[in-house]
Amino acid sequence: MSLIRKPFNRRSILRAGALGGTALAMPTVFSSRAWSQGYLNEPTGSTVTLGFNVPQTGPYADEGADELRAYQLAVKHLNGEGDGGMLSTFSSKALKGNGILGKKVEYVTGDTQTKSDAARASAKSMIEKDGAIMITGGSSSGVAVAVQALCQEAGVIFMAGLTHSNDTTGKDKKANGFRHFFNSYMSGAALAPVLKNAYGEDRKAYHLTADYNWGYTTEQAVRESTEALGWETVETVKTPLAATDFSAYITPVLQSDADVLVLNHYGGNMVNSLTNAVQFGLRDKQVNGKNFEIIVPLYSRLMAKGAGENVKGIFGSTNWHWSLQDEGSKAFVKSFGQEYGFPPSQAAHTTYVQALLYADACERAGTFNPCGVVEALEGFEFDGLGNGKTLYRAEDHQCFKDVLVVKGKENPSSAFDLLEIVEVTPAAQVTYPPDHPQFAGGALGTCNPGA
Amino acid sequence: MLGLNKKDTSLFLLVLVLVVLAPFLLNPFPENSELAQFNAGYPDLMQRFLIFGIFAIGFNILFGLTGYLSFGHAAFLGVGSYAGVWMMKLLTMNVIPAIFMSVIFAGLFSLLVGYISLRRSGIYFSILTLAFAQMSFSLAYSVLTPITNGETGLQLALDDPRILGVSQENGAIPAANLFGLAMRESYELSLGGWLFTFNAGYYLCAVVMMIAFYVAVRIFRSPFGMMLRAVKSNQQRMNFTGLNSRPYTLAAFVISGMYAGLAGGLMVAMDPLAGAERMQWTASGEVVLMTILGGAGTLIGPVLGAGFIKYFENIFSKINDNVLYGWFSALPEGVADFLVFVIHPFIGKGWHLTLGIMFMLIVIFLPGGIMEGVERIGRLFKRKSSDKDSSARASAAPAE
Repeated sequence: MSLIRKPFNRRSILRAGALGGTALAMPTVFSSRAWSQGYLNEPTGSTVTLGFNVPQTGPYADEGADELRAYQLAVKHLNGEGDGGMLSTFSSKALKGNGILGKKVEYVTGDTQTKSDAARASAKSMIEKDGAIMITGGSSSGVAVAVQALCQEAGVIFMAGLTHSNDTTGKDKKANGFRHFFNSYMSGAALAPVLKNAYGEDRKAYHLTADYNWGYTTEQAVRESTEALGWETVETVKTPLAATDFSAYITPVLQSDADVLVLNHYGGNMVNSLTNAVQFGLRDKQVNGKNFEIIVPLYSRLMAKGAGENVKGIFGSTNWHWSLQDEGSKAFVKSFGQEYGFPPSQAAHTTYVQALLYADACERAGTFNPCGVVEALEGFEFDGLGNGKTLYRAEDHQCFKDVLVVKGKENPSSAFDLLEIVEVTPAAQVTYPPDHPQFAGGALGTCNPGA
Repeated sequence: MLGLNKKDTSLFLLVLVLVVLAPFLLNPFPENSELAQFNAGYPDLMQRFLIFGIFAIGFNILFGLTGYLSFGHAAFLGVGSYAGVWMMKLLTMNVIPAIFMSVIFAGLFSLLVGYISLRRSGIYFSILTLAFAQMSFSLAYSVLTPITNGETGLQLALDDPRILGVSQENGAIPAANLFGLAMRESYELSLGGWLFTFNAGYYLCAVVMMIAFYVAVRIFRSPFGMMLRAVKSNQQRMNFTGLNSRPYTLAAFVISGMYAGLAGGLMVAMDPLAGAERMQWTASGEVVLMTILGGAGTLIGPVLGAGFIKYFENIFSKINDNVLYGWFSALPEGVADFLVFVIHPFIGKGWHLTLGIMFMLIVIFLPGGIMEGVERIGRLFKRKSSDKDSSARASAAPAE
């Protein structure tokens, strides 16, 4: 308004000049990355940036810290520093210890806080600000599913960390997302035969289940596989995730005629519920002429540490354990131990392997383009990474490998020697068809390279 | 202009300029410099600044004006988010219906919560709202899993109906858009070593934020706003004059609930996901912190507080030891080690600690929040202006 009415003065001339200058400069300075590049965050310099998105605060901070250690170790090995760890035992020899495709590996870290929102914000900043080409990490299925969906939308690869829920590669699977860790179904399928041998075919199970997504899928998996053995499920009770005292949930167990208690709990939940159950004398109890037993479907060393004495003799399953004696595991435990002074957890193992698998896929594909990486990983068979022969199935981007059934050790020799391997369940026994009812719904869609 | 007095107009224009030029202002360091770590000018964080700004502005209408401290505002944000995602699942990926329904649902829910909670005041009111929020959180987390998808969070899927749009495009979920303009669309402007990103979603947030801010200014200056201030200063006296203050407080509660819903809807528009933890009490506490940190009862204080907290959450949490060694690479190794050792607890996972210290310092030395600091600095430079606009200024009331 004032621009039009007033005669020319110094200000209006300046303003018009500035506007005109900007308009002229426009075509030369505007550049959208989308036009000039084949895919999002294509690394153009001598380095490539990976995003390590792990919980650094919150209930799974311990797992997150161990994941981060493993990633840092993986970066060292990829860049040719240190002793190379599992690079020397990995069946694929594409990685040469000179970074990925000749580019030095750099990384950024973020805090998921074990919250979907925070995890997505952190992943977004890695993608938008730091130019990360791949996001990996996380320590809960909720976060994994949320970040996986984000990476699909944005157009980068997501290599899941610790996530055990069926949904991650079931109804919430995405073309850009890959999971090395095992899942609830595999836990159930691996545990069932061992339980049959140890406890017989005629048992009555009582489930306590953490009231959230992972709890549901684990309960379903264990229930279905034990019922197939002939076990009877007496009751399933959901417990709030924030609960710390489970005595109110244990008392009804004593009054039921169940003789097995299945604790579908993870982390602090499991530590508390198991401690309560043992304090209530469940393990010394006799029901129907049989010893009362407790089962924890998903074990981790960090949990066993928290529960202390109480884990002795209790069965569970795990993805990997440092006491494995194959070459890959030994190499990994050795270089992790040299670096940090203690053996790695299963969280550290799966994230380390994921980083290596991603790097290897890029090398084999000859590009960082997510679509090329997806192609290289789909149906990829490998060995020497601690789990024996493993297949990255193309239909759902889930790794199929041996599952460990473990038991709390009766006489631990050190603070880390808490679990002993009872059986290594072969991959064939835990393999399921991609359209298995526990994984039904959802579709991979097509890979998204971003641009 | 637009029914605002001169001072408010200039404030409004100032905010407008800041918001429009934010992509420049928040990226002060060249892309390849070590200090680029502190740049905040990337779309996601800029959107968050504005969205939480809206949330805090709305919260301030309730807390700043009436003094009613709601500890459950995150519930409205969460309800808004869920409504928004459901609109995108059922109707269309256009963000307009999502944002609209977010506001409506949050408004209805806040009407219900407010109607019950406002029977009490002070600490009892706070506890009631907290209880409602925690209840909503627990429901969303487990009981209502079919609607909210529980802990995993509600997301879009390839087979959603989207009756006014398409379910999928080439095997991908279509992007959230405004009549075809995708929210994640960005223009990048590189000038010398600097890279500035202009994001469509950000500017949509900016438009919505300016409208929300304008409405808030009008409420602050209206007779209705005056009534709310009266509630804050002495509700009992108001009641003794025969005036029923409940309708006013309820209206303020619903308005601020709708602001929260608007923020939730925008969050969904920028990033189509709604998680239950958005409703947790920590999220409700966060908006209280934002408002107090910025300056309760002031117009732009809450926006600054929101920016402050989100900046720490997103920037400081990403600094790790590696980055530190990068900064100190010029120093001798021993000195660098020592510096990293000293700074280590305050960065990365220690960002809460840094934020906590900043919060304590601000609340102790600037009870009126950042706005009081700005004002003090302002007073240093110019003589106290005429007293007539002192009413417009922030009353530096400490948090109650």
